[in-house]
Amino acid sequence: MSQIIYFDNNATTKVADEVVDAMLPFFKDLYGNPSSMHTFGGQVEKHIRHSRESLAALLGCDSSEIIFTSGGTESDNAAIKGVLAAYPEKKKIVTTRVEHPAVLATCRELQAAGFSLVELGVDKYGQINLDELAAEVDEHTAIVSIMYANNETGVIFPIDKIAEIVKSKGAIFHTDAVQAVGKIPLNLDKSSIDLLSLSGHKLHAPKGIGALYIKKGTRILPFIVGGHQEKNRRAGTENVPAIAGLGKAGEIASKEIRNENTKVKKLRDKLETAILKTCKDAMLNGDKINRLPNTTNISFEFIEGEAILLLLNQFGICASSGSACTSGSLEPSHVMRAMGVPFTAAHGSIRFSLSRYNTEAEVDFVAEKLPAIVNRLRELSPFVK
Amino acid sequence: MWDYNEKVMEYFLHPVNAGEIENPDGIGEEGSLACGDALKLTFKLGKDGRIADAKFKTFGCASAIASASIMTEMIKGLTIEQAEKVTNKDIVDKLGGLPEQKMHCSVMGMEALQKAIANYHGSKGKQTKKIEGKIVCTCFGVTDKEIEKVVLENSLDTVEQVTNYCKAGGGCGSCRGEIEQIIEKVRGKKTKQPESLSHPKKLTNIQKIELIQHTINEQIRPLLKSHGGDVELVDVEGSKVIVAFRGMCSHCRTAEFTLKDVVEARLKEFVSTDIIVEEQNIG
Repeated sequence: MSQIIYFDNNATTKVADEVVDAMLPFFKDLYGNPSSMHTFGGQVEKHIRHSRESLAALLGCDSSEIIFTSGGTESDNAAIKGVLAAYPEKKKIVTTRVEHPAVLATCRELQAAGFSLVELGVDKYGQINLDELAAEVDEHTAIVSIMYANNETGVIFPIDKIAEIVKSKGAIFHTDAVQAVGKIPLNLDKSSIDLLSLSGHKLHAPKGIGALYIKKGTRILPFIVGGHQEKNRRAGTENVPAIAGLGKAGEIASKEIRNENTKVKKLRDKLETAILKTCKDAMLNGDKINRLPNTTNISFEFIEGEAILLLLNQFGICASSGSACTSGSLEPSHVMRAMGVPFTAAHGSIRFSLSRYNTEAEVDFVAEKLPAIVNRLRELSPFVK
Repeated sequence: MWDYNEKVMEYFLHPVNAGEIENPDGIGEEGSLACGDALKLTFKLGKDGRIADAKFKTFGCASAIASASIMTEMIKGLTIEQAEKVTNKDIVDKLGGLPEQKMHCSVMGMEALQKAIANYHGSKGKQTKKIEGKIVCTCFGVTDKEIEKVVLENSLDTVEQVTNYCKAGGGCGSCRGEIEQIIEKVRGKKTKQPESLSHPKKLTNIQKIELIQHTINEQIRPLLKSHGGDVELVDVEGSKVIVAFRGMCSHCRTAEFTLKDVVEARLKEFVSTDIIVEEQNIG
């Protein structure tokens, strides 16, 4: 395929060239083990420290509050299971119905193992009711896990308020911020968030690296045990090249975060406006105001998402869908269903997620090609008269 | 990403017979927007009583569109009696295969065709052939008769397969136990153990064939299926057993080893030591 227009950045992102360069020395020359007693290995430790500091700067926290993991899913598992292990007397978990499977499946597995689980519903904008949250969090609640921003719709929850509510009730608050980090300015020192998960490959670092922020003084037991790495909080020899890459990505994200909210947002808005204007029976899913600057999720009535994606693919355009067919399941995405998006629209929902590498020419190209694709499928559809 | 073959992609990207015939002789609708796929089939008969024209409209994914399109091609020129015999398996074979989880697209094609034929009979005053039975899967509105039909025609053995073929059991999952019973009812009879199994004495030809079929169903097919493949018994000539590989096995380079090390070895063990297995020659 010659041309690629990559509008699927909530799935994964391009590894930045600077990030690749930052990683290469640790594959080639600096392959030592940071735990070793010799200088050759030991010198690697300072690069890990440097990465931790870059990431701390991006999150607005102290570098000692960050541990490196294998990615967002491990961070989520470590946070939830680690807190439950540290509070054996508390058996209740509170989360939402729109979480990423890394959180939702973890919570449901724990429920099957005997924990009590509350999944908060959302309204048609994808927002939870804060009073309902306050009512559900009680003295039996060990942990509340609520995502910062939704991967499918980009909807942002009022996380600082939520963290305050949870803190006032005496439970631990975890947020899966995989989609938010690098897109929304964070200042964890000033917030009541206890635990925060992030993933490297969503912010132009490689796959297989992530981090978990653990606020000083938070009671948590390690999820992976073994060696003494990460101050006994996460065992396993450090993935040094990926940590170096994540540090570099964090450093760049700190500089680029303004761009995300200006340049990228402008591109997203242009794309969204053009699509909603040129395609009939198209509607926006989620909360137009409180959402990530790079994401738009649009439903096209009477047609099916997989067919739209495959026709977009003919032009090298990459996007994703909440349709049943794309997942191999028979029901549309759990996020669309939780928001009460009618099945007729949920099957035809398409997510475009941009990054700083996208251009206005790409937006124009997609906006130009999409109406013909939608019309072509509508002509085949028995529901269009 | 789905692994669609070139033919499926061709029929998706350039579907033939898209549209709707005005004043059709038969009209059939299957599926719904809520289910995520739907098909409207219309056909017209020629003076010779054969299907002269057929058109489709589909809401659905690439495989739903391709299945509907190729089916309209297949039924043109057929008599009603011939068209009635077209199964979802014929549609899949014509497409050169579909991903397992997309089999329900071909079943939707067959069901729309049957409804269109029923509609034709109905309008001619003949008795309408309705799909009877009681609803088993309330999420997708699938009846026990429909499940029995796909199980029988596609030799299905697991609930997961039934879900892939007709969606039943793919929603809340509360009907899975019932589906299991239907599979047992349909398949169990055919594969009932011959009584002489434990003492391989001299078998009659019928007993031998039954035992071979049983061994293939119980011992061999589950093994191959765990790798996405399948095998079917084609014929038995004396001690020579002829089989055909399906699914992943049909284009697997190690199928030859599977033939000797799995199929033949098991049949030697459970049926008779003089068994030789051969693969059916294709075309």
